Amino acid sequence: MIALAESFAERSARERARGLLDPGTARELIDPFERVESPYLAAQGVVPQSDDGVVVMRGTLGGVRACVVATDGRFLGGSIGEIGGAKIAGALELTLRDAERGTPTRLVLALDTGGIRLQEANLAILAVSEIADAITALRAKQPVVALVAGRVGVYGGLSLCTSLCSAILVTEGARIGLNGPDVIETEAGVEELDASDLPLVWRITGGKRRFEQGFATELVRDDVDAIRAAVVRAFEEPRELPPLEMPAIPEGYAP
Amino acid sequence: MVETLNYTFAAREPVAQRAHVGVVASGNCEILLEPAEGASASVLVRTSVNGFAPTWAAVLDRFFARHPVAVNLQINDFGATPAVVAMRLEQVLEHAR
Repeated sequence: MIALAESFAERSARERARGLLDPGTARELIDPFERVESPYLAAQGVVPQSDDGVVVMRGTLGGVRACVVATDGRFLGGSIGEIGGAKIAGALELTLRDAERGTPTRLVLALDTGGIRLQEANLAILAVSEIADAITALRAKQPVVALVAGRVGVYGGLSLCTSLCSAILVTEGARIGLNGPDVIETEAGVEELDASDLPLVWRITGGKRRFEQGFATELVRDDVDAIRAAVVRAFEEPRELPPLEMPAIPEGYAP
Repeated sequence: MVETLNYTFAAREPVAQRAHVGVVASGNCEILLEPAEGASASVLVRTSVNGFAPTWAAVLDRFFARHPVAVNLQINDFGATPAVVAMRLEQVLEHAR
């Protein structure tokens, strides 16, 4: 009998996080019953989700303390608002504290997101800057692994954050880009990019292309076991990557 | 605007544990189930599709007629059809038992 691959992309964010951690060790932080949800959506006619589209789970990964953050690409395109952003930044900051206290914790960002949530505008942008800041600080101490293996991929502010990670694992079905194809078509016209031409979209932003271009460190099969093995490998055999070089801020620059 | 609906039902069967299913995405809904004290069930519905209160009442009536469970439910709805809601209700109860 041939064993079929168990798709990671078809799983919910919660099942993805659970599937990455060692069996029986997953424990969710700020679960749906704590009802830490967006306070801004209802006023704009959008029903909030009880976890704000972000799942944080503790457990072990390859026998080592670990924390997995998974975003839910099905809720508002996996967009990051103030609450979900704070959950991600908080997980990163606590992992940094663990590293400083000598109890290292493996940190995995399983991202499936269109970027910042337009309904939460500036607060979401601020959250993404906090995430970027925390990734940069943590990366100085240990590997920070981004896994892009969902149906959405990563776009916008979270694609910038993904690029800050020390290992970027991607599947062929996922995508990495800054502006999404619909945004490009709307802003620059259909002559620039026909967003309905999916083969073209994947030739530009698809996981395989991004791996070939060097935007991802590993191309993995959409299979839960293969992905888990690749994530563990990213910690145990980290690849040498050039150090992040931050451009100097010009003199007299004020944001 | 988001419409909020409240319902209560007579109930007698306890459930073992809380449960969570679903997602707030087009044509779908999220349900949170928590065991309730006493002999009644309460349901809070938040939906972005207004004007379907009688349909919600009918779907929930049928569910609690089949399963008189003492639970507090919260349903976060994004335009799920009655059939999807009915399946999500059965699913969340299966997880809670």
